[in-house]
Amino acid sequence: MKYVALVYYQESIINAMTEQAWQDLNQECIAGVERMTAQGKYLAGQALQPIDTATTVRVRHGETLLTDGPFAETKEQLAGFYLLDAVDLNEALQLASRIAPARLGSIEVRPVRELPPKRE
Amino acid sequence: MATIEQLYQCYSRRVQATLIRLLGDFSLAEEASQEAFAAALQQWPATGEPDNPLAWLIRTGYRRGIDQLRRHGTARRNAHLIATSDAMTEAMVEPDERSIEDDQLRLLFTCCHPSLTMEARVALTLREMCGLTTEQVASALLTKPATLAQRIVRAKRKIRDAGIPYEVPERTQLPQRLPSVLQVIYLVFNEGYSRSDGEQVIDVNLIDEAIRLGRALADLLPHGEVFGLLALMLLHDARRDTRQTVSGELMTLEEQDRKRWDAERIRTGLAWLERALPLTPVSAYTLQASIAAVHAQAPSAETTDWARIVRLYEALYLQQPTPILALNRAVAVAIRDSPQAGLMLLDALSEHPQMHHYHLYHAAKAELYRRSGDRLAAVQAYQQALALASQYPERQFLTRRLAELNLPA
Repeated sequence: MKYVALVYYQESIINAMTEQAWQDLNQECIAGVERMTAQGKYLAGQALQPIDTATTVRVRHGETLLTDGPFAETKEQLAGFYLLDAVDLNEALQLASRIAPARLGSIEVRPVRELPPKRE
Repeated sequence: MATIEQLYQCYSRRVQATLIRLLGDFSLAEEASQEAFAAALQQWPATGEPDNPLAWLIRTGYRRGIDQLRRHGTARRNAHLIATSDAMTEAMVEPDERSIEDDQLRLLFTCCHPSLTMEARVALTLREMCGLTTEQVASALLTKPATLAQRIVRAKRKIRDAGIPYEVPERTQLPQRLPSVLQVIYLVFNEGYSRSDGEQVIDVNLIDEAIRLGRALADLLPHGEVFGLLALMLLHDARRDTRQTVSGELMTLEEQDRKRWDAERIRTGLAWLERALPLTPVSAYTLQASIAAVHAQAPSAETTDWARIVRLYEALYLQQPTPILALNRAVAVAIRDSPQAGLMLLDALSEHPQMHHYHLYHAAKAELYRRSGDRLAAVQAYQQALALASQYPERQFLTRRLAELNLPA
């Protein structure tokens, strides 16, 4: 089954980190991706720029509305995602628990929903 | 020939647990199992009960389930099941005792999966493991049947869609997963224990269900924690009938008529505790059971080994440094040493804001003031406790204590 692991943390915690700690965290993430790739568990993933680079898009009555930032002020911000291939939720949770930022914030694990086949 | 109720009672849980594994779906397994029992009711009067009724029911249920899938051509994701069923020899479905036992464990670990809410775990466990109806579970948990049904449907959907596996965790994962199962069993027990007040007339006894689950788990998974929890439940339950008067008033340990404690339950509880104690690390359940055992073995409140109880609370506090445990320890110290010694410890606890809203904190203080002869402080503390207590038997108890104190000396 495919699962997405969404990585959340408080950016303020990251901002307060020393440069060295931040670099170490990044290296740890790279090593994690390498490990999961070798196991055949890693399909895709990406870290994201901080939340202040975000723009929210809505289309209402045919009109496109753009606003700065995400919709709600949340305590933790989305920081990146992984697309994983795991046999079941237990394995997905185990993989997620080894994603480095799990120690700082939280990882939301969701099974993907396959869209129905295209209409003929 | 057994009646259908007896058959159902005897086999339904095991049939269900194995069918979930074979068919890979809770709801389908439930329908299939019901069809198997209906078929048995129809056929057995003529053919006689088969040699192995359990295997017969599982085989029949499995075939019905596969038929069901074929008929509805449901969900592409079941295609592999239908395909394998054609190739599957009778021998593969033929359930042996060992795999049926494993299925019980699989079901329990799935129902108690930590990715489900606690409420869902309790509801699922009672429904699937204990074989209670939705109505029975709802009434036992004081919930509306519709709410409970919703909760169960949602949980089953999550099990299916999120891919929660139907398996017993590996040995290395057990320390992480077993606590969740034990928590559910203990919660079921406490639900039953806290309201065995005679007010609620229901045909389900959650205490018995919890003890039955504990016993089953102890057989399947012989771990110290499991033995400890089972011992704890049995030793507490031995006092079931003496905790309250007929009119529903709470009786403290020292007021209870110890001759009416269930000697058989105590014996069984102590035997499980014996098995738990040598297994390390000693779990919190085992320590709590040890405390209950000290009480159970003491002929009276005065002859209770309070020094040992204090030591056990201290060991427990090292594992779980919560203010509630500190409160219990303070009460034990008060009895071992003096009410003043206990009050000093309780005063130190007042730095935890949650204690101020906890009725038992004030009740414990009141009790110690009463024993030390400080009537005024005792009355005040009882009043504070009464203002915070919500359960009827506890309110009754506090009211009685207040009335006793207000009597002119």
